[in-house]
Amino acid sequence: MKKDLVIIGGGPAGLAAAIGAYDKGVRDILILEREPVLGGILNQCIHNGFGLHTFKEELTGPEYAHRYVKEVLARGIEYKLSTTVIDVTPDRQVFAVGEEGLLHLQAGAIILACGCRERPRGAINIAGARCAGVFSAGTAQKLVNMEGYMPGKEVVILGSGDIGLIMARRMTFEGAKVKAVVELMPYSSGLNRNIVQCLNDFDIPLLFSHTVVEIKGKDRVSSVVIAPVDGKLQPIMDQAQEISCDCLLLSVGLLPENELAKQAKVTLSPVTGGAEVDDSMMTAVEGVFECGNVLHVHDLVDFVSQESLHAGECAAAYLAGKRPTADKVRVGTFGGVRYTVPTLLNREDDGESLSFKMRVNNVYRKVRLKVMADGEEVLGKNKQIVTPGEMETLTLSPEQSAKLRGAKEVSVGLEVRA
Amino acid sequence: MKREMICICCPMGCRMTVEGEPGAYTVTGNTCPRGKAYAIAEMTAPERMVTSSVAVVGGNYKTVSVKTASPIPKGKIFEALRLLDGVVLTAPVKEGQTVVEDILGTGVAFVATREVSVAR
Repeated sequence: MKKDLVIIGGGPAGLAAAIGAYDKGVRDILILEREPVLGGILNQCIHNGFGLHTFKEELTGPEYAHRYVKEVLARGIEYKLSTTVIDVTPDRQVFAVGEEGLLHLQAGAIILACGCRERPRGAINIAGARCAGVFSAGTAQKLVNMEGYMPGKEVVILGSGDIGLIMARRMTFEGAKVKAVVELMPYSSGLNRNIVQCLNDFDIPLLFSHTVVEIKGKDRVSSVVIAPVDGKLQPIMDQAQEISCDCLLLSVGLLPENELAKQAKVTLSPVTGGAEVDDSMMTAVEGVFECGNVLHVHDLVDFVSQESLHAGECAAAYLAGKRPTADKVRVGTFGGVRYTVPTLLNREDDGESLSFKMRVNNVYRKVRLKVMADGEEVLGKNKQIVTPGEMETLTLSPEQSAKLRGAKEVSVGLEVRA
Repeated sequence: MKREMICICCPMGCRMTVEGEPGAYTVTGNTCPRGKAYAIAEMTAPERMVTSSVAVVGGNYKTVSVKTASPIPKGKIFEALRLLDGVVLTAPVKEGQTVVEDILGTGVAFVATREVSVAR
């Protein structure tokens, strides 16, 4: 079967991408979603705080998702649920398995909107027993919010990412005692708002520069051993202490899910784990686009929707005949900027404005974020503070963008102001 | 009365100290006026939106998520949550449907935040 546009993933990224493409004239669209419902991870994020940027009101995850689902349904965009994509080829063939059996599609363009998954216990090598009671925070979230099960009564949470913080409050609401949130770094990667409203409101201690060094228990977790860490993040064992608990939740980072991108021979960034994309969100494989958390992990779903809408529009332009330029400008980084999206710029000036999303590698105060072209500052923005937990965005005017597209060398970075 | 708090208005996360009596609070440690306003609101009438879930029978989901239709006083969070204990809805459930009316005399209701359709 032939399809103009196949979108892999029916979460916030896939839904917005479909809307973006449809509104630019693409009609032959198919969204493939492996879960039995559209909406992705938002379905289990029942807390409020979504949509402040997009809708100027605070929605819960299911409400935010429903707004986009309604838009997709209103346009009559086709989708298949309970359908898992198993292969994507560089010549844009898509193989999927669903209720109708094997599906083989030849796509004019593909948008990868597969989201991310949680870093598991195995990826952080915590020593100790392989007993029950250790969950990733997102798994616990699904159990509590969707299935109605409690993963434990006395809880320790490793990692202070937003999902861990949200789950500290959620477990407390359902009657569990959250004994501590333990964070390896001297700062949290979660939002201040969540630290205040999920931990401080309920007197849950947050221990910075601490980690879990051992999990104890036979059939079930009975305690964990935590220890402070030194400047090289090595545990100081003679200050270790044991906390009794029946549940350990891990909120230790998210990893873009790029198995399909790899099968399609897409070039990945070693920093983000997502694809390297140009300013049209196109990967190194022509006609294959990427957006949302599969590209780089976002803090706010509003930004996922924005980015994905743009990806959908760019896929529409590609299907209408717009091609990437053979030579592209590579965007470098300097100072404390860890990565930017996009990393490549098309040479051809299309009159559109460019925007860069970026993350920094540490907490910096009084900085200037800068976009440089051939040694000259094209755009600068002063910030009181930048932190690894908050994505920053720099948007250039069409004139500034044209300057970048014509430059030999472009870089984005930060400078600490005197 | 003296209280320490972290401002949630922006990523700065200013550590603020509030001193004084109702109507005459002094705020220190804030960088901007938004911090002061937040600190005083937290001292006088802190409010929170509360979200949770309740059981559903006969639906395509086992639970349905709920929220307070608007923020309620922070001090009533746990008492409000107890009102959801034992609540079992029957599918179908509509988004926005009232689940518990008038939480503890606040005039605020718990409402469903997702649609649950009848299981096929």
